[in-house]
Amino acid sequence: MSQVSTVETAIDPVESPLTPDSSGKLGMWIFLAGDAMSFGGLLAGYGALRAGSPDWPVPQEVLGISLTAFMTFLLIVSSLTMVKGLSAIQNGDIKGMIRFLSLTVLGGVIFLGLQAYEWTHLMHREILFTSNPFGDYLFGSTFYIITGFHGAHVTGGVIYLAVLAIRGLQGKLDANNSSIVEIAGLYWHFVDLVWILVFTFVYLI
Amino acid sequence: MSEATAVKEHISHEHHGFMNTYIFSLDHKMIGKQFLLLGLIMLLLGGGLALLVRWQLAYPEQPLPLIGASQHYLETGEAETAMDSYWDSELSKTEDEQGWLVQKMPVGIITPAFYNALFTMHATIMVFFVVMPILVGAFGNYLIPLMIGTRDMAFPLLNMLSFWIAVVSGAIMLAGFFVPGGHAATGWTGYPPLSTDPAWTGVDWGQNLWCISLIVLGISSLMGSINYITTIINMRAPGMTYMRMPMVIWALFIVAILLLLALPVLTAALAMLVFDRLAGTTFFNPAGGGDPLLWQHLFWFFGHPEVYILILPGMGITSEILPVFSRKPIFGYKAMVLAMASLAFLSWIVWGHHMFQSGMNPSMGMTFMITTMVIAVPSAIKTFNWLGTLWGGSIRFTVPMLNSLAFVSMFVIGGLSGIFMASSAVDIFIHDTYYIVAHIHYVVFGGSIFAIFAGVYYWFPKMFGRMMNEPLAKVHFWLSFIAFNCTFFPMHILGVGGHMRRIYNPMQYEFLQQFEHMNIFITMSAFALGLTQLILLFNVFHSMFRGKKAGDNPWNANTLEWTAATPPPHGNFDAIPTVHHAPYEYSAPGISEDWLSQTNELQPTNGNGH
Repeated sequence: MSQVSTVETAIDPVESPLTPDSSGKLGMWIFLAGDAMSFGGLLAGYGALRAGSPDWPVPQEVLGISLTAFMTFLLIVSSLTMVKGLSAIQNGDIKGMIRFLSLTVLGGVIFLGLQAYEWTHLMHREILFTSNPFGDYLFGSTFYIITGFHGAHVTGGVIYLAVLAIRGLQGKLDANNSSIVEIAGLYWHFVDLVWILVFTFVYLI
Repeated sequence: MSEATAVKEHISHEHHGFMNTYIFSLDHKMIGKQFLLLGLIMLLLGGGLALLVRWQLAYPEQPLPLIGASQHYLETGEAETAMDSYWDSELSKTEDEQGWLVQKMPVGIITPAFYNALFTMHATIMVFFVVMPILVGAFGNYLIPLMIGTRDMAFPLLNMLSFWIAVVSGAIMLAGFFVPGGHAATGWTGYPPLSTDPAWTGVDWGQNLWCISLIVLGISSLMGSINYITTIINMRAPGMTYMRMPMVIWALFIVAILLLLALPVLTAALAMLVFDRLAGTTFFNPAGGGDPLLWQHLFWFFGHPEVYILILPGMGITSEILPVFSRKPIFGYKAMVLAMASLAFLSWIVWGHHMFQSGMNPSMGMTFMITTMVIAVPSAIKTFNWLGTLWGGSIRFTVPMLNSLAFVSMFVIGGLSGIFMASSAVDIFIHDTYYIVAHIHYVVFGGSIFAIFAGVYYWFPKMFGRMMNEPLAKVHFWLSFIAFNCTFFPMHILGVGGHMRRIYNPMQYEFLQQFEHMNIFITMSAFALGLTQLILLFNVFHSMFRGKKAGDNPWNANTLEWTAATPPPHGNFDAIPTVHHAPYEYSAPGISEDWLSQTNELQPTNGNGH
């Protein structure tokens, strides 16, 4: 067999431009495609329930848009710091990477804090998972399930990035294995992108 | 694939001890065998549930001989008093004091509530814990690295977790049988409002566990599909271009994409259902502004791709076996690949054909009817290409071949009855009758299960290094084939006669009483079919230890798994093979043998240049 492979010179290259080293990156892309479908399922359900409801409240009148707009801005900025962190490690600047990853984690934590503040505020106004004084009960149910599912993703991302920052502190990351940071970045940008869709469909429209 | 990485990878998870070799193994071959074992155990259970259902349909409300009072006991008249005292003694007890079996089947008679749980769990177990683990989990794990020429999956740890999470999911599902109120009883489709309100079925935690188990299974399947797709894209051996991949690898690749995109939608819907049941939301409950049809849309948006998840690997296995035992290249390789891809695409836009009678807008019904009819085109391409492969071949009727031929012929019957249902006008008449039951079983038993038989018989020598007993396997095949048709073909006639599916006691309806003898015939055939599978089990376990030793390539087949040692060692190949040919170069001109391994660098003098 090995004899064959040495004799043969004109072997068709494997079609994929990816190398085995990028399996993790490909795996993350595939995971995100599947995860997008679960958000898609929830958002489609939300759309169908809202379209069929006679008394769906106007979101702007119930939810605080300015706070959420700030949260959106925060997530976009945290995506930017993520990119800076990746570019730092690719240039071998570990301290820069730790700094930017910490900023990204901080952005995620503030986002979660603001979301917790928003939730408690809404609950004080009696907008609960199963009731809503401003109209259709399902407004509250869909709101909490979609923002909650997204919040769980942010929580996961914060832990994920914090672990990477700690590994950076331990000196386990360098320019040669920066793809680990790149893969985490893919996840974080996805969470950011999904939030923009959630913000649009749940808060703005 | 650089040799250095492969060797490093090989060494890094070398086996140590029993636990790492047999339980928490990272080796794709062991994980594949684990999935096979899980599937076979669940097959026994799921089949047993089906036989209980059949008993009730043929002999409604009569005690099951093995469990209840014997027939003789009932006939001699003593039964009256015996049963009366039995009932009295049991009914005086509270529910907690009664045994499990007494609650479900007092004096051996299946209660209506238990009957509902039986058919629900039969379908759930067969779909999620038998056909998916065996076709996707077992064959996927075992075959992908071997057939594309690599040492293991891209993420071995994820692979191991995928199996054990599936086991956890199975344990949660089985726990449902033992909770108060019994197991889920809404049918495997879990339609609300029946599934949202415990008061409707009397089922409380059974349904919750059903939902939770399937959510957990969704995680396992997500891990599996990430692994399959990454491995196939990234780790093919040198020269293994996409158009040189064996058909079964194409099928598993497409199935992994379907699984990846379909199961999260089910997970989202299940999460909403769990909140409806436990947190008091009303996503699917019209009383609170929810929409029961939303569940049907979400469920079938998952559910129709799921149907193709169950059948595509079977098509792949068949496409693998037919050329080997016809000693001919497969007819229309590219058309076969494109047909599978278009089946997968079409599966996303036909879900409404499950909902013709749901009160959905009739114009949508028309749309779904047309998209469904279009499915006949790629299905026919596949069928005629299989026939084209057989045409003029030098056919060897080995056991894998017999089972594959059964797959093709049963798939044709199941496919044709599908066209009847796709027509929304005809569906008004046959909706929710045994015609549907006949169709699904022709496709999933006649199709998927015969493909599983074919695959097990075909790859068993590679998996365990021994041949299976051929005479026994032939007996198993012919008995299965005959009993299968005797069981499921009459169901078409029942269905057209108006026999409802999921009905507890058909004898309650005067117009169904004429079918009593047919129901008894079906039940006897079903028991014969069930008992026949014991031959397969015996053959598998007997041959595993006592079978004739198999060579590396007992079928003279071309694909890469047959170039590995038998059974393949950890790491599969001595050196990563180099691929020079398409997988089905049988009887190529200019070559003395009638087969040409993918690794053989010889060029046929007059071949078609692949």
